[in-house]
Amino acid sequence: MTAAQLIARRRPLDAVAPWARRNAWTLGLVAFLALLLVYTKLIQASYDSFAVQYLAIGVLPLALAAVAQAVVVMCGGIDLSIGSMMAVTNVVCAMMMLHHSEQYGVVVVLVVLLLGLVLGAINGALVVLTRVPDIVVTLAMSFVWAGCALLVTAAPGGSASEWLTNLVLGSVVSVWIPQSAVVLAIVVAVVWIPLSRSRLGLSIYAVGSNRLAAFRSGVPVGRTKFAAYALTGLFSAFAGLALTASTGIGTPVPGPYTLMSVAAVVLGGVSLAGGRGGLLGPIIAVVVLQLIRTDMTFLNIDTNYAYIAQGLILVGVVMFGSLVQMRRSRA
Amino acid sequence: MSAAVHAGRRLDTAAWRNLFRDRPLIPLTALLIVLVAAIQIADPGIVNLPWCGLIMRASVPLAILGGCQTLTMLTGGIDLSVASIASMAGFVTATFVHSPGGWVEGMAVGLVAAALAGLVTGIGVGVFRVHPLIMTLAMSFVVLGFSNVWQLQTLQTGAGVPDQLRWVGSTTLFDIIPYSLLVFVPLTLLILLGLRRTGFGRLLFAIGDNPVAARLSGVRSWQVLIVLYVISALLAAIAGLVLSGFTNTASVSLADPYLLSSVAAAVLGGTSIMGGRGGFGGTIVGALILTVLTALLTVLGLPEPARQILFGSIIVAVAAAYTRVTAEA
Repeated sequence: MTAAQLIARRRPLDAVAPWARRNAWTLGLVAFLALLLVYTKLIQASYDSFAVQYLAIGVLPLALAAVAQAVVVMCGGIDLSIGSMMAVTNVVCAMMMLHHSEQYGVVVVLVVLLLGLVLGAINGALVVLTRVPDIVVTLAMSFVWAGCALLVTAAPGGSASEWLTNLVLGSVVSVWIPQSAVVLAIVVAVVWIPLSRSRLGLSIYAVGSNRLAAFRSGVPVGRTKFAAYALTGLFSAFAGLALTASTGIGTPVPGPYTLMSVAAVVLGGVSLAGGRGGLLGPIIAVVVLQLIRTDMTFLNIDTNYAYIAQGLILVGVVMFGSLVQMRRSRA
Repeated sequence: MSAAVHAGRRLDTAAWRNLFRDRPLIPLTALLIVLVAAIQIADPGIVNLPWCGLIMRASVPLAILGGCQTLTMLTGGIDLSVASIASMAGFVTATFVHSPGGWVEGMAVGLVAAALAGLVTGIGVGVFRVHPLIMTLAMSFVVLGFSNVWQLQTLQTGAGVPDQLRWVGSTTLFDIIPYSLLVFVPLTLLILLGLRRTGFGRLLFAIGDNPVAARLSGVRSWQVLIVLYVISALLAAIAGLVLSGFTNTASVSLADPYLLSSVAAAVLGGTSIMGGRGGFGGTIVGALILTVLTALLTVLGLPEPARQILFGSIIVAVAAAYTRVTAEA
């Protein structure tokens, strides 16, 4: 065997190993999700493609909220107003679609996405300009956006265009591929993949991992943070649209999405300190959390224990992560 | 001469800055007085002694919960489990009213449960170095879950807020001085003296200001953090007891609206969320400001949406002003 052959032989593994190490957390989550699905099928033989579609629709809003949170957390910030921004975009969408044609609905979706971008941009501008800690600004803005949602409509109402509702229903190609999962993948891919390959994507990671170093290497820290918050607003608008699509109405009161999105982001391997992680991890984490809930109902366990389980899983996983981190830094 | 004037003016602004940075209570109290004056102008005659009593009564639970945030924020943390722990304590106490042990037993159970929750949080944050935001968020899910389970267990026995808690939470001496001060004043003294005069208080500042320096000077951070989160949970439980007396309700989500407000009170009071700077005095005034602000917006007859929008905007504005003034030149 010649040296050249040896190199050619080793190359695929060499390429895979670092990739696997880099994405160990996400791969672990995927494996866990697969195990969980098998287990679900074992305890509930009737768990079929319909249930999978149902699961995909159920997790769509939270998955998009987790994506929104992940973007800003990677940039070293945190956005506690995601739930309120979702409420605003949700009611604006539902109220504008009421008594209007299907074609008008397309315009509404574009307007709502723009609105989300603007809401996020306002958050970002305030964080950058006032230099108040992110958590305080977005906390205060969560009141503001929740108030705006109530301004639009005081009571749940409105409706969703039929095409929007149908967008998340059913399946594509095979009954096992829910359409809402495809929608989620397309949304994330179209917005995030070109962006993460661009200068801005790199800047987001740079600012998140070390603000000062990023600044000294010429990264426009303020502009990057602003852009990250605007993106978070955009994804929150997608999440609000998903709410409209899955519930068919607009609800002006923010759901539990803000804090759940923080939990999902951390479970998904995005460090709260910033600069690390991807978008796939948080999405899988959301599915895992929801599936655990489903399994508990199959096992006839009181759903209140699901809260406890979620909390314990969150603690356990994060403790495990920090133990690994500690051991690695000691070695 | 113009140079001298210029220098004088610069000295003036520097003095102002120092005043705001070192004595945040003065501008905060001024803001509080302005708000009270505004409410008096908006509705002449509303500000009298009973009104002050009402404001104090409403502020006490918020101020105690703000205290939890102040203490944890001093170390660079935050406690998102205060609301569920507070609700849990109030709710558990109420479920014991008709049991043989009575409300005293209930209160003991609530406080012990809170201390346990705090202990677990503290171990997570101190020993396992989990981010406080995540640890306390997870703990809030766990506590809420257990409260719900407990609710299902005790649904038949019926629940009512014990008279004694109602007395503490919502009655006043001569229509003015709320009895909740009987709880609040000792707690305040304990916290203020604890922060200023004890080694533990100084350790909180030290850990928040520079964790590495604290560790290198021999501080066992993990012990300090465990004690801190137990204290925070106990304070939250006490706030929950007072709150259930004040509102005369006991539910597993009673204190939920107070979670974000408690963080806001601490931030308004000048405690830095990055750790190492702040104090409980400011938080008390912060809680009063938030309560008076809510009252003012109600008096102005603003609809709920406008109230929320203004509430948020004012928090951002004050926090921004703070950051501007206290920023290192």
